[in-house]
Amino acid sequence: MTDTTQNTGAVTPISSLHTLDARTKRRNAAENRFKLYGMIAIGIGLLMLVTLLTTILSKGTGAFTQTFVTMEVELLESKLDKSGERDLEKIKKVTTFGYAPLIKTAFEKTVEIHGIETDLKSKTMAKILSKSAASQLRNYVIANPDQIGQTIEFRFLANSRVDGYMKGRVTRDSIANDKNITPAQLDFVDQLIEAGALKKTFNIDFIIGADASDQRPEAAGIGVAMMGSLFMMLVVLALALPIGVAASIYLEEFAPKNWITDIIEVNISNLAAVPSIVFGILGLAVFINYMHLPQSAPLVGGLVLTLMTLPTIIISTRAALKAVPPSIRDAALGVGASKMQAVFHHVLPLAAPGILTGTIIGLAQALGETAPLLLIGMIGFIASNMPETVGEGLLSPNSAMPAQIYEWAKRADPAFYERAWGGIIILLIFLISMNTLAVLLRRRFERRW
Amino acid sequence: MSVKLTASALAIAAVAATSAAARDQVQVAGSSTVLPYASIVAEAFGENFDFPTPVVESGGSSAGLKRFCEGVGENTIDVANASRKIKDKEIKACAEAGVTDIIEVRIGYDGIVFASDINGNGFEYTPSDWFLALSNEILVDGQMVANPNKTWADVNANFPAQALQAFIPGTKHGTREVFEDKVILAGCEATGAFDVLLAAAEGDTDKAKHKAAEKACISLRTDGVSVDIDGDYTETLARIESNKDGIGVFGLAFYENNTDKLQVATMSGIVPSTESIATGEYPVSRPLYFYVKKAHIGVIPGLKEYAEFFIADEIAGEDGPLAEYGLVSDPELADTQNAVADEAVLGSNM
Repeated sequence: MTDTTQNTGAVTPISSLHTLDARTKRRNAAENRFKLYGMIAIGIGLLMLVTLLTTILSKGTGAFTQTFVTMEVELLESKLDKSGERDLEKIKKVTTFGYAPLIKTAFEKTVEIHGIETDLKSKTMAKILSKSAASQLRNYVIANPDQIGQTIEFRFLANSRVDGYMKGRVTRDSIANDKNITPAQLDFVDQLIEAGALKKTFNIDFIIGADASDQRPEAAGIGVAMMGSLFMMLVVLALALPIGVAASIYLEEFAPKNWITDIIEVNISNLAAVPSIVFGILGLAVFINYMHLPQSAPLVGGLVLTLMTLPTIIISTRAALKAVPPSIRDAALGVGASKMQAVFHHVLPLAAPGILTGTIIGLAQALGETAPLLLIGMIGFIASNMPETVGEGLLSPNSAMPAQIYEWAKRADPAFYERAWGGIIILLIFLISMNTLAVLLRRRFERRW
Repeated sequence: MSVKLTASALAIAAVAATSAAARDQVQVAGSSTVLPYASIVAEAFGENFDFPTPVVESGGSSAGLKRFCEGVGENTIDVANASRKIKDKEIKACAEAGVTDIIEVRIGYDGIVFASDINGNGFEYTPSDWFLALSNEILVDGQMVANPNKTWADVNANFPAQALQAFIPGTKHGTREVFEDKVILAGCEATGAFDVLLAAAEGDTDKAKHKAAEKACISLRTDGVSVDIDGDYTETLARIESNKDGIGVFGLAFYENNTDKLQVATMSGIVPSTESIATGEYPVSRPLYFYVKKAHIGVIPGLKEYAEFFIADEIAGEDGPLAEYGLVSDPELADTQNAVADEAVLGSNM
């Protein structure tokens, strides 16, 4: 082989750097091709991102607005407080079912006030409202028992079909076989729009409210699940950060290099690759069945996610510590600092931005995790109230944002589907802001040597 | 410093939780068919009572009953929802774990419907059609042969030549058993395959032979025509939306919420509706249940109230919210109400 090349080399004229020979051309072409592949790869990635974002935004923004019906309701004493004593215990005896007649009467009045002509019975009219209307009334009356007997203006949610009609999801064609709404009711809705009593406006309850049952998707909100996620993240931060940093500092700065530390190191790397559902099973077995911690509690969720996040934090912290040049340590030791002083006064502050970045990314990962929560009872219909104390937030049953999204996506009413996409938008806002914070911290504080 | 404080606060909270873990909300798990009903009840319960809203998880009847039978104590669930009756095997497993007194509550009936894409072909099925479409072996000229059918036209000459594709609930769902019992097995008997299988069945007793024949009847083909859906009905719907030839098995309530995407098939000439199920005309319906651990009554606050509220006339009655959502109310609701009030357990008088 070498012979032939030598021979041909001898025959061909001496090559010049100005004229490209065939081989250089091939190499240049290969390089150009590779650049093209790279650009195509980036293009595909960007295309996916754009498709994803447009899908999420187009499907999810609807969840942030909701249709409301404004009307005046007379809080009849004869229905709500027969005795007239304003005894809260007696008022509470009237269940939400007892409030339905008030709403029917209110509809008859509304029709009268706005001069709407309709053949619908008041019961049929009342069906365009959400099932949450009665409980909204009841909560108001229980909070303000002194207002029984007065007429008060309320803003009720319209039911999901009417809301779908306002958002274009429901049309007169699509409801042909639907027993939940009739064209006559849609005509009535049109009349209410004209009269100004029915409007689609921004719905804060989606962001701060609790989950609702299958019968009232319009009332469901992600707020309580957001608190659940927040408390889990608090647990993760409070446990994973100190444990992770302590473990990394010991392993990196103090531990002798021998086979035991090698095994630990390999196992930490392995742990980072363990599927998250495994941590869920572990959580169920250890925290709930053995330690008897409550089911569906963010505390348990946080503990499980701590296990999951720990390896990520340890690995990134060790990388950050390694990146601090040995000269810093040597200098500190050289002027007489103890090893611990060298680490805590000099190495750790310099590694802090890297540690924080790793922690934030670990938290963001934990925030989006659903699988381990499945086994500890955090996925399901969990319509708790907003927690009032830290203890309640940690221990009372709650869901988490990704769990809530998953739960909504599998419910029958298409209105829940819209809310699932809306929930994704909120979750993404959280993730993007956390990652941005990580990038900013790194930009601002990171030092390079 | 603050981090340390939070950590210690957490530790205290954890200790407090272990020592005085008086759970104050009812914990429910089980059938995804019962889930919507249970969530409606749980919500109304939380609104109208001073107890917190119960937590309702899904996962399937079998999964729920398995968790139910894990034992007695606050870290186990109080109520299991099921779209089928509890099995003797499960009662035994429960008893072994110390769960002996179980209150069975029937909440009403639910229909199983067959639905396909709204723009596709409509179907009028009989159980025989489904047996011929999905069974592993069918009867041809007196012989059991591997199912050769490829299109609905092969199954029944009146049907269009649409490729066979069925999405049926996976084995962890109670719906699957009803589908096997009331559709596949009924079709097996109607086509005469059952008798042939029974004659060929091996077994010492008639009962064993019967069982073997039934088992052979309900073994479904595994060539991809019948696809098990382990998730919820939304997954079945998504499959049908991507494969327009698919026919899916749904609960009546799910279909009624998605009438803009699905058309329902008749079974033996009857259109499924709450009325036709209530009268018993529509053949594929089943009772829905929930099971309560008696040992938890009095320990978990609100448990008995929840059970009683679930089957109260204003909830589970004919005009209640459950019926409105798609549940066929139980004509014997009053008996169930009495049984729950008396805390009658399985095996005592039922």
